[in-house]
Amino acid sequence: MRRIVKHFPGVLALKGVDLDVRPAEVHVLLGENGAGKSTLIKVLSGVYPADSGEICFEGKPVHIRSPHDSQKLGVSTIYQEFNLVPEMSVAENIFLGREPLLNRQLGILDRKGLLVQAREVLSKFDIHVPPETVVKRLGVAEQQMVEIAKALSLNAKVIVMDEPTAVLTSREIDHLFKMIQDFKQRGISIVYISHRLEEVKRIGDRATVLRDGNVVGTVQVANTPIDELIRMMVGRDLKDKFPKSRVEPGEEILRVENLRRKGVLHGVSFHLRRGEILGVAGLVGSKRTEMARAIFGADKFDSGEITVRGKRAEIKSPSQAIRAGVALVPEDRKRHGILPSMSVKHNVTLSMLKRFARVGFLNLAKEKEAAQGHADSLRIATPNLDRWVMFLSGGNQQKAVIAKWLGTEADIFLFDEPTRGIDVGAKVEVYQLMGELVKRGAAILMISSELPEILGMSDRVIVMHEGRIAGEFTREEATQEKILGCALGGTSAQQIDLGVKA
Amino acid sequence: MSEVGLKEIEKKASGESVPSKAGFLRRIPWSSIGMPAVLVILCVSFGTINPNFWSVMNVTNVSRQISILALISIGQTFAILSAGIDLSVGSLLALVSVVCAQQMLNFGLWGGIAAGILVGAFAGLINGLLIAKAKLPAFIATLAMLITARGVALTLSGGLPIVGLPHEFLFLGGGKIGPIPVPAVIAAVALFIAHLILKRTRFGRYVYAMGSNEEAAMLSGINVVRNKIMVYVVSGTCAGIAGVVLTSRVISGQPTLGEVQELYAIAAVVIGGGKITGGVGGIWQTLMGVIILGVLANGLNLIEVSSYVQNIVIGVIIIFAVYIDLARERRR
Repeated sequence: MRRIVKHFPGVLALKGVDLDVRPAEVHVLLGENGAGKSTLIKVLSGVYPADSGEICFEGKPVHIRSPHDSQKLGVSTIYQEFNLVPEMSVAENIFLGREPLLNRQLGILDRKGLLVQAREVLSKFDIHVPPETVVKRLGVAEQQMVEIAKALSLNAKVIVMDEPTAVLTSREIDHLFKMIQDFKQRGISIVYISHRLEEVKRIGDRATVLRDGNVVGTVQVANTPIDELIRMMVGRDLKDKFPKSRVEPGEEILRVENLRRKGVLHGVSFHLRRGEILGVAGLVGSKRTEMARAIFGADKFDSGEITVRGKRAEIKSPSQAIRAGVALVPEDRKRHGILPSMSVKHNVTLSMLKRFARVGFLNLAKEKEAAQGHADSLRIATPNLDRWVMFLSGGNQQKAVIAKWLGTEADIFLFDEPTRGIDVGAKVEVYQLMGELVKRGAAILMISSELPEILGMSDRVIVMHEGRIAGEFTREEATQEKILGCALGGTSAQQIDLGVKA
Repeated sequence: MSEVGLKEIEKKASGESVPSKAGFLRRIPWSSIGMPAVLVILCVSFGTINPNFWSVMNVTNVSRQISILALISIGQTFAILSAGIDLSVGSLLALVSVVCAQQMLNFGLWGGIAAGILVGAFAGLINGLLIAKAKLPAFIATLAMLITARGVALTLSGGLPIVGLPHEFLFLGGGKIGPIPVPAVIAAVALFIAHLILKRTRFGRYVYAMGSNEEAAMLSGINVVRNKIMVYVVSGTCAGIAGVVLTSRVISGQPTLGEVQELYAIAAVVIGGGKITGGVGGIWQTLMGVIILGVLANGLNLIEVSSYVQNIVIGVIIIFAVYIDLARERRR
């Protein structure tokens, strides 16, 4: 790809980007959110047409005008949001649109042939998913495998993967990486987007770093240190990936006792103090999100007690939670966080509108002023406050979601994967903001699947396993090994302690 | 992204330094001029073919004719903005008309008017409870109401018009304030209030929020159940007001009024640029849709296009309006 230019109303997303991918290499695209990575791969896969520039494939210039064009060339893209039909089987999904037919004229499907061919593709690449299963019954990792199988069945020569590991556990990641090595041996190239630099080091051959729609450089991964990659991405040195400011914890502000919900939560108890960041570690499926949603009143629970500032709190809905001073930054930003077709301003002020209301009417000038203040303090990058949130980059969307709570009275913050899918620079900004919040006397519960983040930011760590608290560690005690052991269901001295208390 | 970097990009995106043949077209704010432009073209064309189009009498007529549609389209705007729909408004016109006329004969002018508006609001409340509390899809709940309300109207009236309404009542549908027909004044006031509600109150903002992302709205502390119920009460109340005005215009309670009017209200919302999946649109956009529909019907009449053909034209206009909306979105 040479001199690719693409712009959207108000934003020039790509300012003449070059990218060359060699056969059988893992080429990593790096860059902060909004740097242009996603736009670039969408141009490559035919979702957006480029305004100018050219794309050559195997030496010949090609025109890619639609996803179909790029698939025909042998470029398959696996997005973070999968393109699978949930109601259909694995085999049907793999061959969607190319079903084997018994009778071409009548279009009668060859159901047996479909299964046979699907099995062939799956076994060739060592993917263990039964082809007759309905896709919606599969876990995220398995769905991803189906996407990969689909790409392979199209004889892809280049597979583009957009943050494939964001939703995977470490064991699943290992499996994926083994597959990627296998693809390389078969001559398939991978274009790989990730924010996790450790992964980039593990599997990347070369990396192209984008910043603000320009290429900063293309480097050999093996002889480029991580710090150098970060410097290229953000254009400055990041002295500390986890700017942790220690605050002396104050009085207890939240106590959760014996929270139960049938089949989900089995007696969760913990407490949280002012000035404290409590990390919640655990595997995917350990019900951490469900716990946070229950505390926030978004999901019902069967029994248990929530005490806020020493008083028993009756939290049956998010609005009651907010009145009690609790705020939730949800895990799934697109589905639960942003209001895509509303402006940045309206997103930011949604939960604090009461402040601008006088005899039923909103004081729009005051609202704008407040929104501007919060947007500035979080450095939300947007051409103006009236821009729809859906057009912002992931990191800025996340900042808008967080900004929503800054104007409420909240001092108990439930952050569910606060830095998922956002770039290094924005991550540090989120961490700094967390630091400021606890300095002001707020308390933070931080659910995270990234152990370095848990270890770097938490004053105390609790580990969940299958709807229970499986262990608790102080900042000093906590290590990756201990937390992981606990998360996998192992025992610890703390667990026994808790058992006695309960 | 730094402040400076962003400004730079903006400058480049809007400036000449970027070679792009589509740049000029891109900078036209289609969303704000698309439909008004269509309206101007329609008016100029009709006016050229038949100068009577611009006569005071004709303009007054059009404003009177579109008032009822404008009123029910207000409610439809709320429903569609919240990612719902209200199919019942056409039938509610009939139910309101029958109840209004019967109660007017019992309790006099004001009793009848109040009963009409209240029955509309009450039907809306039932819609709202079914949708927000019982979690029925809005399409199904209001479809059931469409059928039921028509049935109740026919049952109450025995299928016959209710006549003998007081003379003063006719002012509402047939009178004028200065040169302006009373229905148009009522519609204008209602449109203005609805616009204020949507843009300047918390409820209005919550309507947009629910339509944009209901789950996120709920997690932002919005009482989705209560606000959704309110949406359908608003829609029912608008149908109530429209039904009373319509009763005055036809000088009787009619159980057969308003058939397929709900579909024209939906058409008005989407022609104006409202998104059927919610969160996008507004009163001015809807008003634009209402006027375009009204001008089309009137203009095509004036240039002697048969009403059969008029339906074809309206159908094509709906496709056209939604298509340019989609095309605009794809460009982003």
